[in-house]
Amino acid sequence: MKFRLSYFVIISSILLFAYFYSQNSIVTSSVVFTAIPFALPLALAAMVGVMCERTGIVNIGIEGTMLVSAFTAFFLGAILKNITAGLFIGIMTGVLVGLLLSVMTITWKMDQIIAGVIINIMAAGITSFLYRQNFRIPSTFAPIDLPILGDIPVVGPIISDHGPITYLGIIFIFGLWVALYKTPWGLRSRSVGEHPSSADTAGVSVVRLRYLNVTIAGAVGGLAGSYLALEAVGIFERGFTAGKGFTALAIMIFGRWNPLGAFAAALFFGLSQAVTNQLMIDEVVQIPQQFVTMLPYILTILILAISAGKVRPPAAEGIPYEKEKV
Amino acid sequence: MTNLLDVERLSKRFGSVLANQEISLSVKPGEIVALLGENGAGKSTLVKAVIGLVKPDSGTIRVKGKELPYGDTAGAIARGIGMVHQHFQLVPVMSVTENLILGDEPTKFGLIQMQKARRETAELSKRYGLAIDPDAIIEDLPVGMAQRVEILKALRRDVSLLILDEPTAVLTPQETDELLEVLRNLASKGVGILFITHKLREVMAIADRVVVLRNGKLVGVTSPKESSESQLAQMMVGREVVLHVEKGPGNPTGAALEVRELEVLDDRRLEAVRGISLQVNAGEILGIAGVEGNGQRELVEAICGMRNRRKGKVLVAGKEVPNLKPHEVHAAGVAHIPEDRERHGLVATYSISDNLVLNRFDQEPYAKGWIRDLDAVARNGDELVRRYDIRTPNASAPASSLSGGNKQKTVVARELSQNLPVVVASQPTRGVDVGSEILSLSDRVAVLYGGKIVATFDSKLANRDEIGRLMAGSEGSRS
Amino acid sequence: MAIMQRVKLQSLSIPLLSLLIAFVVGSILIAMQGSNPLLAYQVLFTKAFGSVEGFATTLAKATPLILSGLAVAICLRAGLFNIGAQGQLISGALASAWAGYSFVGLPFLIHIPLALLFGAFFGSLVALVAGLLKAYRGVHEVITTIMLNSIVIALADYLASTPFKEPDQPITRTPKIEESARIPDIFGLPLGFFIAIAISLAFWWLMRKTTTGFRIETIGRNRSAGWYAGISVKRVIISSMLLGGATAGVAGAVETLSITGRFEPAFNAGLGFDGITVALLARANPLGVIPAAILIGGMRGAASTMQFRAGVAPEIVDLVLALILFFVTAPILLRLLKRKEEGISLSSGWSN
Repeated sequence: MKFRLSYFVIISSILLFAYFYSQNSIVTSSVVFTAIPFALPLALAAMVGVMCERTGIVNIGIEGTMLVSAFTAFFLGAILKNITAGLFIGIMTGVLVGLLLSVMTITWKMDQIIAGVIINIMAAGITSFLYRQNFRIPSTFAPIDLPILGDIPVVGPIISDHGPITYLGIIFIFGLWVALYKTPWGLRSRSVGEHPSSADTAGVSVVRLRYLNVTIAGAVGGLAGSYLALEAVGIFERGFTAGKGFTALAIMIFGRWNPLGAFAAALFFGLSQAVTNQLMIDEVVQIPQQFVTMLPYILTILILAISAGKVRPPAAEGIPYEKEKV
Repeated sequence: MTNLLDVERLSKRFGSVLANQEISLSVKPGEIVALLGENGAGKSTLVKAVIGLVKPDSGTIRVKGKELPYGDTAGAIARGIGMVHQHFQLVPVMSVTENLILGDEPTKFGLIQMQKARRETAELSKRYGLAIDPDAIIEDLPVGMAQRVEILKALRRDVSLLILDEPTAVLTPQETDELLEVLRNLASKGVGILFITHKLREVMAIADRVVVLRNGKLVGVTSPKESSESQLAQMMVGREVVLHVEKGPGNPTGAALEVRELEVLDDRRLEAVRGISLQVNAGEILGIAGVEGNGQRELVEAICGMRNRRKGKVLVAGKEVPNLKPHEVHAAGVAHIPEDRERHGLVATYSISDNLVLNRFDQEPYAKGWIRDLDAVARNGDELVRRYDIRTPNASAPASSLSGGNKQKTVVARELSQNLPVVVASQPTRGVDVGSEILSLSDRVAVLYGGKIVATFDSKLANRDEIGRLMAGSEGSRS
Repeated sequence: MAIMQRVKLQSLSIPLLSLLIAFVVGSILIAMQGSNPLLAYQVLFTKAFGSVEGFATTLAKATPLILSGLAVAICLRAGLFNIGAQGQLISGALASAWAGYSFVGLPFLIHIPLALLFGAFFGSLVALVAGLLKAYRGVHEVITTIMLNSIVIALADYLASTPFKEPDQPITRTPKIEESARIPDIFGLPLGFFIAIAISLAFWWLMRKTTTGFRIETIGRNRSAGWYAGISVKRVIISSMLLGGATAGVAGAVETLSITGRFEPAFNAGLGFDGITVALLARANPLGVIPAAILIGGMRGAASTMQFRAGVAPEIVDLVLALILFFVTAPILLRLLKRKEEGISLSSGWSN
C-alpha cells in the first residue's frame, strides 16, 4: 500500500483538532481561526507558482510581485482614500510584474531564476526609494459574517468572520483546481509545462499560453500583496513580505504543484504559526522571539529537504521553448 | 481533382546551411508519396514548413488549392493536415485520451467531457483497427503503441493529408509491416499520405510516387515501378553506393573485452539487459544490432560506467573492471564515443583543446599536481586537430563553432588518441554523412532482442532478412 | 581574431551601457521627485571619487563588496546562484567579533588571522547547509540560501541580544573587539582592501590555472559532460558553496575587524545583497569584481552626502543598482539566445 504523507497529515490534524477542541473549544477555535490569515498569503503566493510552473515558467519573483503590489495597493489606497481602488491597483500592479516576467523569460528567454531574482531586487529598490512615512489607509477590509455557513457548529466560527479578500482567494484556489484539471485551458497549460512541442503541434500556442498564465499569476500575486496591505495588516513597511514568496515556493512543491495540495500545505504552515503564537501567549513555552521568527524559514527548508527528489516537477520547467527545434 | 498539397519553390536556410532549396512537390487524395533522402537531406525541414513548425524563407504552400500562411500550425491542422512526428509529440505523463483531445477538447459548460472523449477514443481505435487502451499513460506504453497514439491523434482530426516523419525508425520489421498495412488502408479511404524515410524497402513496398531530396535540393520524382532500389539509392546518395566499406580482415589476437552474464536495469528500474555475455577480440569489430529499446543503450552504459551493473562482470584485456565511474572505466582501457555528444561528449563553450583533454585534464602532462599545464593542453589540441582533420581555424576556438561532423571528430580524436584496448561507439554515425551499415563495418554482429543476445553472426555469412527477423524477436535458425 | 576582439569589447560594453541606461532612468526618477539629477550625480561622484579622502572611504566601502561579490561569482561559475552571501557574511561578522573580544592577550599577528578564520569558517558553515541540501537532496540553492539568510539574521540577533551581549548595555550588540584583533590602516587605506584584492587574484588564478578551477567551470557549463569526464558534481557543488561561504564570511570579518569593531545587528545590512549586483555586473569574473565593487561602494558611501546636499533619498542607490542589474543581465541572456550554451544557466527545475 502506498503511504501518502498528505493523508497522514490531514487525518492526524483532524484528530488533534478534535482532542484540543474537547479540551478547550474557544482557544482551539481561535487558533485555527488565526491560522487562516497566516495561511492565505502563502496559499495565494503558492498559486502564483503553480500557475507559472504548470506552464513551464519558474517564478522566483513572487516575493517581489507581492511586495510591489502591496506597496501600490497601500499607498494609492491611502492617497485615494479608497481601499477598493487600492485593491484594484494592487492587482493591476501584479499584472504588470507578471508581464515583465513574461517578457524576460518567454520573449527574451532569460534565465528564469535570474529574471525572478531581478524582479525581487527591483521591487525592493523601487519600494524603498518611493516609501514615505505617515500614510494611512481609511480602514482595512472589514470581516464578513458568513450567513448559514457561519452558524455551523464547530466549523462556523473558524470559517466565518474573515475579510473579503480571504474568501475571494479561497474561491480562486478551488476554481484554479477545477480549471487546471477539468478544462481545456488546464489540459493545455499542463501540456505546455510538460512537453511544449506536443501542445504546439496540436495547435496550442506555447508562447501565448505562457504569457497568459504568467500574467494572470501576476494578478494573483497582486491579490496576495494587496491582502497583506489592505486586509491583514493595514500598513506597509519596507520589505514586509518577509520571505513569504519563497516559503510559497516550498509550499507549492510540497503540494505537488496541485492547488488543493498547496492550499493544504499552506494551512499546515499557518496552523504551525498560530499554535506557536498561542503557546507563547499561554506562556506554555518560553522561546525567544527570534526563534519564533525563524520557524517558517526552518519549516520551508525542512519541507524542501523532505519532498525534493520525491516529487516530479513539470518536465519543461525552466526551459525556454524553441519552436524550430521540434 | 485538386491536389491535397502543393508546395512550390520552398526555401529555408538555417544559418549557413540551406536546408531546402526551391523544392516543389504535390500530394493527391489517396496517394502515397515517399519523401526519400539521407539524414540531413532536408526532408524534415520541408514537412515542418508544411505543418507550420518551421517558417520558410520563400515559396508557397497550398492546401486543397488555398494558400497557407507561414508558421500557421493551427491553420494547417484546421485544413486537414495531420503529422506523425519522428520524436513523438505526446505528453508522457498524460493518458492516451488526454493526448488525443489536446488542442480540440470536447466541452460542456467549459468543462472537458472526459467520458465522451474516452468513448470517442475507443471508437476511433476500433474504426481504424488500432487497438489501444484509452486510459493508458503514454510513458508506460511501448514505442509501437505510442506511435499508434500519434497516428490516432492525426486521424481524430479528420485528416485528409497525413504526414509521417521517419515512422519506422523505431519499429521492428513486423511493426513496420503492420504500419504499412494501416497506411495502405488509409490511402484506400482517400487519405493522402506523405511519408518520409530513408529506407528503400518501405518505399518500394508502399509508395505511389517517390520524391528524392539530396543536400536540400530536389533531385528527382519517380515511382517504384519506374526505378529499382539501387537507382533510388544512387539518387539519394549522389554516387554509386558502396554497400561494403573497404577494410582489411580482422586479425583477432585474444579477448580485449569480455562481458559475462551482465544484468542491468533501465531508468524505469526494469530489467533491460538480461544476462548478456559477449567477447570482443583485439583487432575485431563487433556490431550490436537491435531495435531501439532492446537493451543496447543500457549495455553500452553499463560497460562504460554510466550505469550500475546489477550482476555480471566486465573484463578488459583479461582484467576485471568493477562497477566504476565513466572516467575510471576509461582509465581501465575503454574508450567511449557517447551517443549524446552534446550532453556527454563536449562542453560547447570550452575550446577544442580543453575538450580534447576533458577526461584527463588532471593527469600528466596536462596537469602537474594541482596546476594545469595550459601549454601542454594547447600542444595536444593543435596536434589532434591536425591529425584528425578537425576543420577549425585553430584549436582555441570554442567547440560550439564546429559543425556536427567536426564535433564528432573531436570526440573521436579524444577517445582514440590514447590507443586504449577497447573502443565502444554508440551510434557513431548519427548525424554524420556516412551511408554505413552495421554489416559492412563489423566482423561479427550480435543481435539484441529483449535484453538478450539472440544470435551472433559472422558478418560475411550474415543474411540481412534474418537479422531483421531476429531483431523483431522471432526465432533464429543459427546462433 | 576579429571575433575575439568583438567578444572582449562586447563583454565590456554591455556593463558600461547598462550603467549609463540605469543612471538615465534614475535621473528621471530623481527629477520626478523634484530634485536636480545632475546635481545629485555630481555630488555623488565628487564625493566618491573626487578627493583622496573620499576615494579612501570608497575603497573601504568597496572592500566587503569585493568579497561578497566573489562569494556570489565563484558559485555562479559552478552554476549555482548563491543569494545567501548576506547570511554567510553576518555569520562571519558575528563569529569574528566573538573571536575578536573573547581571546585576550594574543599578538595581533595571530589574533587577526584567527578572527578572519572564524569568519571564514562560520560563513562557510551556513553555505554548507545549502550545498549539502543541493548536492544530496536536490533542493534548489536559491530558496535555501534565502531562507538561511533570514534564519541567520534572527539567530545573530538572538546571540547578540542574549549570550554574546555586551554586559550592562541596553543596546543589542557584542562587546568591542580587542585592539590586537583590529585590522590597521596602511597609508590611510584599510588593510582589508588589500586582503580583498589578494583574494580576488587568488580566485582568478584558481579558475584559470588549477584543476579545481577547471572542475568548477566544467560543472557550471555542462553538468553531464563534467560528470562523464569524471568530475564529481556533488563535490563541486559543496566545495564551491564552501568557498563562496568562506569568502562571504571573510567579508563580514573584515568589516567587523576594520570598520565596525563589534557586531551589531544593524551593521552589515545589504552588503551581501550588493554582492549579487557586483558579481553579475562583473559577469562572474574574479578580477571584474574589483571595479564593480568600487563603483557600488562609491555610490553607497556617498549616498548620504547626496541626500544632504541634493535632497535625494539615499534609497535611489538601491533603485539604480536594481536597474543596473536588470540591464546587465538581459544581454547575458541575449547571448544565451544566440549561442545557447553560453552564459549562466540555473533554471532546471527544483529537484535536480
